Amino acid sequence: MAAVDDRPGAAPATPAPLPTGRGIELVLLAFAAVLVTGALGLVEANQEQQLTQALIWVGLAYLGLFTIAHFAVRRFAPYADPLILPSVALLNGLGLVMIHRLDLAELAQATAVGDPPPTELLSRQIAWTAVGLALFVAVLWLVRDHRKLSRYAFTCGLAGIVLLALPGLLPASISEVNGAKLWIRIGPVGIQPGEFAKILLIVFFAAFLVQKRELFTTAGRKFLGMEFPRPRDLGPLLLAWGLSIGVLVIERDLGSSLLFFGIVLVLLYAATERVSWLVIGLTIFMGGALIAYQLFGHVRVRVQVWLDPFADFNGTGFQIGQALFGLGTGGVGGTGLGAGRPDLVPFAYSDFMLSSLGEELGLIGLSAILVVYLVMITRGLRSALAVRDSFGKLLATGLSFAIALQIFTVIGGASKLIPLTGLTLPFLSYGGSSLVANYALVALLLRISNAARAPLNRRPAAPLPPIAEAGTELVERPK
Amino acid sequence: MPELVLQLTRAGFLALLWLFVLVALRVVRSDLYAASGLRALVPGGGRANARTGRGRTPRQLIVTQGALAGTRISLDSRPILIGRADDSTLVLDDDYASTRHARIAQQGEEWYVEDLGSTNGTYLDRAKVTGPTRVPLGVPVRIGKTVIELRS
Repeated sequence: MAAVDDRPGAAPATPAPLPTGRGIELVLLAFAAVLVTGALGLVEANQEQQLTQALIWVGLAYLGLFTIAHFAVRRFAPYADPLILPSVALLNGLGLVMIHRLDLAELAQATAVGDPPPTELLSRQIAWTAVGLALFVAVLWLVRDHRKLSRYAFTCGLAGIVLLALPGLLPASISEVNGAKLWIRIGPVGIQPGEFAKILLIVFFAAFLVQKRELFTTAGRKFLGMEFPRPRDLGPLLLAWGLSIGVLVIERDLGSSLLFFGIVLVLLYAATERVSWLVIGLTIFMGGALIAYQLFGHVRVRVQVWLDPFADFNGTGFQIGQALFGLGTGGVGGTGLGAGRPDLVPFAYSDFMLSSLGEELGLIGLSAILVVYLVMITRGLRSALAVRDSFGKLLATGLSFAIALQIFTVIGGASKLIPLTGLTLPFLSYGGSSLVANYALVALLLRISNAARAPLNRRPAAPLPPIAEAGTELVERPK
Repeated sequence: MPELVLQLTRAGFLALLWLFVLVALRVVRSDLYAASGLRALVPGGGRANARTGRGRTPRQLIVTQGALAGTRISLDSRPILIGRADDSTLVLDDDYASTRHARIAQQGEEWYVEDLGSTNGTYLDRAKVTGPTRVPLGVPVRIGKTVIELRS
């Protein structure tokens, strides 16, 4: 980025303050609040609940919560990207409305059959949202400079691995829910430490790659037009592979395993610009997938359901089958919020949020939601491009890509493009750990985008260091 | 609530949702022209360079033979000093190299190698370098026992 100083805004001749984008952020947040309140109103109307003034209070409370976050951004990261927070707010709000809508359906179902009313998920999710926003503010407050994080890289890495491995090592009574051992449940509160491990491991891996970049770029053998790394430099990738296989075997969690390996691979590619890493990574991923398919029944079931959900519609294929019918019922325009039957899909509020939204908002609404996700991710990647330090670049790439890959696997799984993996849609699905961890992730992204967009220091630029010390990256002799 | 109102609000909600998306995209668009370190907007040859240059302009210098084989240095506009002196960009530990052996520097689009009065000389491919000589991509430059070349 030699051209940084030529940018129109940074020229010393224009001392006018750079636009921070905080105003547009607040406007978009208010817009999101209007949308969410409108969605809630539609649900209530369609479910024949009473439309009361309480609705407006709910909308205002929601706006208030995000205004606090907005002021935290204004205070701690004034130049942060203006689009990320409103996108998150809209997604989270729509998620809450949808969870409320599914609560109503469950309640109606239970009263019709005569069962006791089921646990209400909405209030818990609202509590988790508040916790998430608190963590968001805390991260913005504590992490004033993302580069400082690279000092704690190995601590983060260790903590990440411990968190990732912990549920696998704990007894199943604490850690097992629905066949996957990825929880820590203490009393009524359960968290998935893997969600937090994801962020810590991204921090670790970004810092590690910046430190050891030369290892991964030393010239190796050229083969098929690509330069391949030396075999001994494959260690970290194989380690990551082993770790994700371990997660798959011990915790029986296809999603986290896939997510973790994908992030490592993309960070390696981003750091080295070498296609050969992707080729090697995808090859050993294929190998791992084949082995997993041969060895584990639950993987085999997932693949068979993916290939033909209607072969065993009333058994294993029921969930995906119903989800596909739901999407089909929604069609282009959707049934309208609150007017469909998304509750027919098991786990409609978490893994299958996509089919619930698709049924009630249709293709038009669902694609709008996907574009909102897309905006969020491109803004993250753009911060990665614009920020000046390599650690920030890799960190922002990793964090944005983690969200992107997660969305892809969930949506691919629920719409039968790829086998179902069991992750949650970030911000939309019900799930406390995912929500809170993703708020921390977004806070880090905002921190990096703040560094990327903030004006350069006005101090006169230091004279170029003598040639001897600087500039060109000197890569050490391979050991 | 009458059916018509429900249908209208349903369509209205979708329209509002897309309006949000459009406003967001508008911000993205206006932001393209604000300060954000985007290189494509820098006036001048940057863009044309990137288009024609893929595979033509040298991006890095690679040591292909000698004790430092496998080392690579990313090129920017600054010249590269090669020699045994500690302040060289590429510090050679080679008995056949001089303290300040050679310099590889950019002029315009091209990179030139120049011998700095070394004892054993600098060779571009087989020819001894006497004055500044243009270094094409992938042509070996021999300095003592070390061979380097430019790659894109």
